[in-house]
Amino acid sequence: MSATATMFQGPSGPKPKKLITLPRAAVYSVLLLCSMFFLFPLYIMIITSLKDLDAIRDGNLFSPSNNPTFAPWVKAWSEACTGLYCEGIKPGFINSLKITVPSVIVSISVACVTGYSLANWPFKYSEAFFTILLLASFIPYVVMIYPIVIITRWLGIFSTLPAVVLVHTIFGLPLLTLLFRNYFASLPQELFKAARVDGAGYWRILFQVFLPMAVPIMTVAVILQVTGIWNDFLFGVIYAGPTNYPMTVQLNNIVNTGQGVKEYNVDMAATILTGIVPLAIYFFSGKYFVRGIAAGAVKG
Amino acid sequence: MNMHAKIETPSVSVRGLAQSYGALQVLKSLDLDIADGEFIVLLGPSGCGKSTLLNCIAGLLEPTHGQVFIKGKNVTWEEPKDRGIGMVFQSYALYPQMTVEKNLSFGLRVSGMATDEVNKRVARASEILQIQPLMDRKPSQLSGGQRQRVAIGRALVRDVDVFLFDEPLSNLDAKLRAELRVEIKRLHQKLGNTMIYVTHDQIEALTLADRVAVMRGGTIQQLDAPQTIYNKPKNLYVAGFIGSPSMNFLKGAIEGTGKKAVFKLGDISVPLKDYKADVELKPSAAVLGVRPEHIRIDGSAEEGASLPLNAVVDIVEPMGADTLIWLNVEGQTMSARVESNEVFTPGQKVKVRFRINLASVFDEATTDRL
Repeated sequence: MSATATMFQGPSGPKPKKLITLPRAAVYSVLLLCSMFFLFPLYIMIITSLKDLDAIRDGNLFSPSNNPTFAPWVKAWSEACTGLYCEGIKPGFINSLKITVPSVIVSISVACVTGYSLANWPFKYSEAFFTILLLASFIPYVVMIYPIVIITRWLGIFSTLPAVVLVHTIFGLPLLTLLFRNYFASLPQELFKAARVDGAGYWRILFQVFLPMAVPIMTVAVILQVTGIWNDFLFGVIYAGPTNYPMTVQLNNIVNTGQGVKEYNVDMAATILTGIVPLAIYFFSGKYFVRGIAAGAVKG
Repeated sequence: MNMHAKIETPSVSVRGLAQSYGALQVLKSLDLDIADGEFIVLLGPSGCGKSTLLNCIAGLLEPTHGQVFIKGKNVTWEEPKDRGIGMVFQSYALYPQMTVEKNLSFGLRVSGMATDEVNKRVARASEILQIQPLMDRKPSQLSGGQRQRVAIGRALVRDVDVFLFDEPLSNLDAKLRAELRVEIKRLHQKLGNTMIYVTHDQIEALTLADRVAVMRGGTIQQLDAPQTIYNKPKNLYVAGFIGSPSMNFLKGAIEGTGKKAVFKLGDISVPLKDYKADVELKPSAAVLGVRPEHIRIDGSAEEGASLPLNAVVDIVEPMGADTLIWLNVEGQTMSARVESNEVFTPGQKVKVRFRINLASVFDEATTDRL
């Protein structure tokens, strides 16, 4: 025992680590500040939505209510008034579903096939086509609003669900095509060649070889589109028509109602209800999101 | 020119094939006839056009000019699947989400073959390659060697006339590479298919090939049996590319003609009467190429050996089976391969002889072998 003790005098084995170093502390304090910045408003929204109006009038903005109530949530969901109707934001929720689901499916399908074609079946001027697609995405939306109103009117679909689905598909295309093209370009080219030697054609290579490998990028695309389209206000209010107003528009109508008492608790509850879908998606799929973004970013 | 020797009913024939990307010419009007059942290796450094040539034969690349014939049929405009080829890739290119069995049968299922026949072919291929225990695994659960075996199997089930290999062993470690090399050779002996094999590894080329095509800059420099390529390289490029350690080149000049010609190395004359020349020797600036194993140090005169020259040992590199001696001869550096039991020390003065009958002399201007 004493022999080994003398043998190991001086530094030996792993170097002991300090629990907290200065750079660590700095990083954590910045992170903490950032999360406070975003979490604090959410905290206030939640506690306010659980108060009754009397408790709100007491003015203790930061302290939770002594007797929390879910009544504002119920009212926000099914009774709050948006202009003439008093059905809460439930119809908006259903409209948002009706807009988001087809828009996500159509935009991703189109972008997936476009990206696959650009990456694996180059045609004359395919690079030029891709460049135009990307450059076009830098044109401000506002410029295109009125022309699209005219186009959809000409197509006879203005103020309907198909119009808003079409608009979301078109505006989602540049970014999604870029994502899919880069992802498919990052897959080994020899895999594509092998499939061609095996006799697989355009669609079979896409469906049987590439799509099963595209789960990460699919996840990213779905997250991007669901959150983007769910959060959309502008296209919904312009192209969907009053009967199809999405949840965001309905929320605005509730919050900005000019008549009667300002019901902060109902407004807060309605806002949280509207934001809960994208929030839940980020919460449950953040890991895949980061992974997919990284996978698509490897090769341009 | 052996390259244009007529082969009756070639299995694969390439005529005037050219490929260019804009101004960059990757293949320059290339002709190649491959006999039925022949093992051809396309050998060259990266960027020499060997993979491009293979992809053109496979139909994965459209040539800018020229034609490809397989089994006498012009397949220049055919799809890869209709050409009667199977291909093995460097990165294995197995479908990651399919099991080994599904990987093997994918092409057959695509062609709409009856299940019985598919199963029979998959069973045969897996037996030949001894991958039966792996059939239910995914590629990610296989080692590199196993993956490449499955990739070969995928070409095998297609029951084709021509196999194309695109650097199939480059991703494997040295030991596995040697094993699979032997296995590919055995497979060729067993099946007797035409095989076209692309590699930058000269050992693979020399061991596997019936004929090696040494390529450079989109042209075939020499197309010959491995022994001929090694012993009678057609030009300086082939001579320098083949052989490791590489051939020694001594700059000098030829004086005299025919059998009386001598190679002048400074003040010293090396007679070339034993040299097997391709053409009549004439006085000109020339390069003498001698392989390290064709140099004798302090040895007795043997057939075809030159007169002894004075040399100084510079560096000694023991390599196990033999020892490489770096020498200084008339101000030029050369290496000699000697048996490992011969001992030399740096600075030692020695006499060296070249085996002129096994050497090569190149014209310095044209770089062609004389």
